[in-house]
Amino acid sequence: MRAPPALSASAPRNGSRDSVSGALRRSASSSSSTAAAAAEMSASSAFIDEKGGSASEPEYGHDPASGGIFSTDYKRHDDLKEMLDSNKDSLKLEAMKRIVAMIARGKNASDLFPAVVKNVACKNIEVKKLVYVYLVRYAEEQQDLALLSISTFQRGLKDPNQLIRASALRVLSSIRVTIIVPIMMLAIKEAASDMSPYVRKTAAHAIPKLHSLDPEQKDQLIEVIEKLLADKTTLVAGSVVMAFEEVCPDRIDLIHKNYRKLCNLLIDVEEWGQVVIINMLTRYARTQFLNPNINESLLEESSEKAFYASDDEEDEDKKAEAATLAKRKPYVMDPDHRLLLRNTKPLLQSRNAAVVMAVAQLYFHLAPKAEVGIIAKALVRLMRSHSEVQYVVLQNVATMTIKRRGMFEPYLKSFYIRSTDPTQIKILKLEVLTNLANETNISTILREFQTYIKSMDKDFVAASIQAIGRCATNIGEVRDTCLNGLVQLLSNRDELVVAESVVVIKKLLQMQPEQHSDIIKHMAKLIDNIQVPMARASILWLIGEYCEHVPKIAPDVLRNMAKTFTNEEDIVKLQIINLAAKLYLTNSKQTKLLTQYVLNLAKYDQNYDIRDRARFIRQLIVPTDKSGALSKYAKKLFLALKPAPVLQSTFKDRDHFQLGSLSHLLNAKAAGYQELPDWPESVPDPSVRNVEVIRLLERVTTLTSIPDWSKCTSRKDRKEKKTEKPFYSDSEGESGPTESADSESDSGSGSESASASDESGSGSESEESREETESEDEEEDEEKEKKRKKRLDKTKAKKPAEESAESEQSSGTEDRKRGRKAVKNQKSASESESESESSESEDESEEESEEESESDTDIRKKKTPISKQPPKQSKKESKKERQEMSLLDLDDFEPAPASAPVTPVNFLSSSLVSDLEGLSLTNNILAPTTIAPSGSIKMYELLHRITGEGLAVEYCFSRQPFSPDPNMVAVQIQFTNNTNSETKNLHIEEPRLQSGMRIREFTEIDVLAAGESVTVVMGIDFCDSTQAANFQLCTHTRKFFVSIQPPVGELMTPVFLTENDFKKEQENLLNGKLMGMNEISEKLMLGEKCVNEHVIVERVTATANLSRVPCGSEKECRFAGKTVSSGCLVLVTVPTKEGGAAQLTVNCEKMLIGTLLVKDIMQALSQ
Amino acid sequence: MIHSLFLVNASGDIFLEKHWKSVVSRSVCDYFFEALERATEPENVPPVIPTPHHYLINVLRHRIYFVAVIQSEVPPLFVIEFLHRVVDTFQDYFGVCTEAAIKDNVVVVYELLEEMLDNGFPLATESNILKELIKPPTILRTVVNTITGSTNVGEQLPTGQLSVVPWRRTGVKYTNNEAYFDVIEEIDAIIDKSGSTITAEIQGVIDACVKLTGMPDLTLSFMNPRLLDDVSFHPCVRFKRWEAERILSFIPPDGNFRLLSYHVSSQNLVAIPVYVKHNISFREGSSQGRFELTLGPKQTMGKAVESVLVSSQLPRGVLNANLNPSQGTYTFDPVTKLLSWDVGKINPQKLPSLKGSMSLQAGASKPDENPTINIQFKIQQLAISGLKVNRLDMYGEKYKPFKGIKYMTKAGKFQVRT
Repeated sequence: MRAPPALSASAPRNGSRDSVSGALRRSASSSSSTAAAAAEMSASSAFIDEKGGSASEPEYGHDPASGGIFSTDYKRHDDLKEMLDSNKDSLKLEAMKRIVAMIARGKNASDLFPAVVKNVACKNIEVKKLVYVYLVRYAEEQQDLALLSISTFQRGLKDPNQLIRASALRVLSSIRVTIIVPIMMLAIKEAASDMSPYVRKTAAHAIPKLHSLDPEQKDQLIEVIEKLLADKTTLVAGSVVMAFEEVCPDRIDLIHKNYRKLCNLLIDVEEWGQVVIINMLTRYARTQFLNPNINESLLEESSEKAFYASDDEEDEDKKAEAATLAKRKPYVMDPDHRLLLRNTKPLLQSRNAAVVMAVAQLYFHLAPKAEVGIIAKALVRLMRSHSEVQYVVLQNVATMTIKRRGMFEPYLKSFYIRSTDPTQIKILKLEVLTNLANETNISTILREFQTYIKSMDKDFVAASIQAIGRCATNIGEVRDTCLNGLVQLLSNRDELVVAESVVVIKKLLQMQPEQHSDIIKHMAKLIDNIQVPMARASILWLIGEYCEHVPKIAPDVLRNMAKTFTNEEDIVKLQIINLAAKLYLTNSKQTKLLTQYVLNLAKYDQNYDIRDRARFIRQLIVPTDKSGALSKYAKKLFLALKPAPVLQSTFKDRDHFQLGSLSHLLNAKAAGYQELPDWPESVPDPSVRNVEVIRLLERVTTLTSIPDWSKCTSRKDRKEKKTEKPFYSDSEGESGPTESADSESDSGSGSESASASDESGSGSESEESREETESEDEEEDEEKEKKRKKRLDKTKAKKPAEESAESEQSSGTEDRKRGRKAVKNQKSASESESESESSESEDESEEESEEESESDTDIRKKKTPISKQPPKQSKKESKKERQEMSLLDLDDFEPAPASAPVTPVNFLSSSLVSDLEGLSLTNNILAPTTIAPSGSIKMYELLHRITGEGLAVEYCFSRQPFSPDPNMVAVQIQFTNNTNSETKNLHIEEPRLQSGMRIREFTEIDVLAAGESVTVVMGIDFCDSTQAANFQLCTHTRKFFVSIQPPVGELMTPVFLTENDFKKEQENLLNGKLMGMNEISEKLMLGEKCVNEHVIVERVTATANLSRVPCGSEKECRFAGKTVSSGCLVLVTVPTKEGGAAQLTVNCEKMLIGTLLVKDIMQALSQ
Repeated sequence: MIHSLFLVNASGDIFLEKHWKSVVSRSVCDYFFEALERATEPENVPPVIPTPHHYLINVLRHRIYFVAVIQSEVPPLFVIEFLHRVVDTFQDYFGVCTEAAIKDNVVVVYELLEEMLDNGFPLATESNILKELIKPPTILRTVVNTITGSTNVGEQLPTGQLSVVPWRRTGVKYTNNEAYFDVIEEIDAIIDKSGSTITAEIQGVIDACVKLTGMPDLTLSFMNPRLLDDVSFHPCVRFKRWEAERILSFIPPDGNFRLLSYHVSSQNLVAIPVYVKHNISFREGSSQGRFELTLGPKQTMGKAVESVLVSSQLPRGVLNANLNPSQGTYTFDPVTKLLSWDVGKINPQKLPSLKGSMSLQAGASKPDENPTINIQFKIQQLAISGLKVNRLDMYGEKYKPFKGIKYMTKAGKFQVRT
């Protein structure tokens, strides 16, 4: 059935693929030829897309398991690799789509890992997302390669766009590679105090991921959970409780402080979170509150007993006892217990069945008996839902009906069975109906059952018969009626029905056989008519078992059976032997011969079971000389009193499992199931749930400026919480990013928060956290912007108040801001920074964010005056810190923030350009003093004069800053015209670049006379990668396809650092988020010529555009630089040892650059 | 929570798999296939199947099994409800949720699943949030994307995700502002042999299609709200307001959604709009059986009963049926023994009937099962419970919207026992 589809399916697939690759080939050739091809190319790529789209259909039918396509498979992957390597996003996207389709089919695509992972930094968001999908799927298998992607995510973690931050964290935490556990840990900690609740939510999701990857992190994770539990946004609440349940479900103490908040937020939490929270709170309540039915339960028990068992005087005593107990200890419900019940009740109206079920189980386990009833209606409503939902709900209703039958009695008719119900639903409904049966409704129920017995669904009929049997055992009044009904069923043609009836009758008769000898007689008569072997066997067993009640009929039945013995089925034969044996023991006079006869017949039966049984019984019952000791006990063996089978619901006592849980459904403990604890004996301290009021007072002064909180609360019941709000907002402030600096020392407890945020500005803060603040400020702006749109009337003057939260998350912003303001005030005395400088730097950051969200550009421009404030603040702050750090203030020469996104700079405003030029000028002044001699600059060939038909082009990396754009690498290009004629209009056309890369072309050279040469400079932003930049070099007659690939050493510019600075930066890099990841260390043997320090410096600076850092020790050379486009620091240390041994250490946040640089320098030094 | 998801088609092929945690081999589905083989009918596969290391929770929709793999304790309804939500989302995106549609849009499906679950825990299930993250595929958009190179994937966090009204996005604009509400009621009933009602209940929903600009705040009030004693709401409805005033007050999601569903239970008196006279009998010893069926309207408040369809599962012993309908057409499938009669509209003057004989296997004894008759019908412009919308008001926006309310009554599980 499930055989792979026909191989022929692969035929159309191959066909379509060929056409795709054909198109590919065409596009490749077109790009290398003429300009005319350019137009065609875009058309052909569209063609490819179209093809690719249609190709995916027939491809689908193909099964990976079918053999014979491995060769084509291999080829196809080549195809995909080619597409992934191309620099057209559309091709990459197409390739990724096909790869994802492969993954979806469960086909192995792991060999594409290197090709795919390269695109992790792709600018196209859809490509990126699909790469993420791929990465998460295969990272576990290819751990080493997966590491290459980590730095991208780390950059993503600092992105101003919250969605990107969140998705970076999601993917980072989903990569199951143990090496990055510390990185994940830090990322989670940081995200847990992110501005955006969405990112915090993601952090909560990441916690269980990390926990399952490395359970050793549990303690640290619990700290994060504790912190997030204090979060007061509805978005986070569900996710963090989820994390709590998975990581530390037993740490119930963490809930105390958050209990009331959770109860109050519950109604606004998203539905999935509601389920998790409600289930957790059920457990919590079971440990913290007293049983509301503590008095009733005793009463109930005794009354129930009185109902079934014959009532004794003892019961009366019990009742009295219970009554006195009730008097002695009046039960008063804890207000928190009441709060939970009250706040969950509206959720019974949820559209989500899981939420309704969660509330139902909460009420069932926690509510006073009188209040449980309300859940019945909601559960009955759920029964109209999908059959799977119905199935689960019925299971739970079945359990509930055993404990609290009265609850569902009014809804009896809702459990009536339709012929169209699936069998499993029918059987569950029967179960419920049976549980609900009592003296008053039994007649209606039995009438219903009678209809069911006529159903065509035989499994259901069998279950109905059993149900009738159960009703008969439970309710004495109807027992006879039921028995008679069942006896009638014995004449049914259906074997199953008869067998089931006989079995049920047998069970019923076993209870009181002496009263029903006439039924046994009746059944004995029936044996002539009933053909179903199982039923015949059952009747024979009954007669044998109770032969003493029917002494006259039994021998006669045996006589009849002996006649037909040879024609009976095996099970019947076995029962005939049994009957014979029993009769022989009780009434040997009449049946001795018959028994002998039957045993003789059995002796020669074909079935060895029957022969064995006959032999065994003969030895046991017929006394001979040799017969052993056992024959004395034969009667005891055969006619022992068999206990009557107990007919009870399979759902009895299932409620020791929490209802609605998987374990309850399976009636077995599932992995990870948390036992529902018993109620405590005495009241646990209720004050643990009180939140501190003292802290509240402390903050009152600041709170006065906050406008009405209740605005945001649409639901009335939240108002009562108003007084608590400030506390929460306060703890929110604590989780604000200002504090993230000391994430190492982690300060989850609320009391430290205020001081922590005050201290944060005192200069001990690390470089990275400063950057963090900056990027967050930008994001804050964005958020603010949104708000601003809504409330345009607010002015800059009312700044702090402006933040004031119509939504809860912004309250965090506010507090944080206030904190920063305080810092600012403290420092204002020492402030020496000029306004112009800070605004300049601010412009820079402004610019960055501009590109980041291009769609926002114009909005952003408009709001510049308003948004200026916060970045300025933070910038100043950071400047101050820097001052303390080093006296050598080099202004803009300091490394740009590592978090700065790698973004192209559009020349949007001329003033900006001039600003930037100003920046690069300072660079210019410094550069010559540090840069290696120009003599060592290496020329590379761009176009050989033969291929260039006389035009030779060479290029070199001039190592001069590229003045129009400091983020570009300057490439000096020298054209030499070796022909006899002029070459005209030399210019660049149609760059084909990796995403993110940019080219700033040189100005067109109008005429290059014969034999002349000319040098121009162009700028390329390689995006800190060693990918080649491809473009076409055009003359007035020809086009040449050329590419420039930079050595890694040219991707950086020197940075002047003092020794102290260097050490500090190195430490920062090491202690920062990347830990070991951004240090690469290699041992090497210096080459013969590397005799002294001087040579080493020369070699290193020739390889990489770095500047030497002055150093006290002769044995150690240090170099520093930063990457051109993103400004990441690159630090190189070469300590030399005796005998030419040396150690090379490169510190760089960008792993790839670091690795490549190490390789290059190693090579240079060991020569 | 949810570890992996497998999609299995009717012939038992796994045609899509997605893993949220480490990869679970698809061989785990063998336990599911075993259960599938044991079950006589497709809908009889138990929704929860325990295996030695995992638990499989499955739902069946549109002839596709959605099998979720669970490793530890989780409320089963949580998973089931989520899987249904996934199907609803697919339906919303692709129009239909069939194997072909899923295969055609496998990338979108994957992107959706990726957004809907994070580490097996639901992340974004609200359709308007998803639609901002991943735009539904349309032919036009596919063409535009191919030309411009833009993508179907949103770059910004959907506005709904952080707002207090996550179900609605900001900046909605329409030229025609309209709000339509459909009150649809389904009658579930069991009628016994003699024509008396054993049980009858009404399951009602109010489906809305709201296309309004901006952030409208709507209130909907009923003439007789007391009928609604058992309701479940879309999250947008303000529950406290309902509790206090019995008025539905809400900021609607954009587009189609189910505002509320309600349940009028069997304790209330439910009007039954049709009656059936039937005589289905088999004589002992004869190979013929009689079949007579007449339908008639009853308590319809003067509205016409339309689209009537009668179906019945005849006993296995019936070989063929030779019947004569007074209107409409009937079919009898001798393999499945399913008789169905497409009646159409009931004309009160001339009641539709279906009469004739059934032939039984020669020599076989009289079948002892009684066939039940399932009836489907529709009544336009009538809510059988008597529910009536009083008025719809809009606040918060200036324009005047088009408003419309439609009523309809349908048969749900309407069965007549014979």
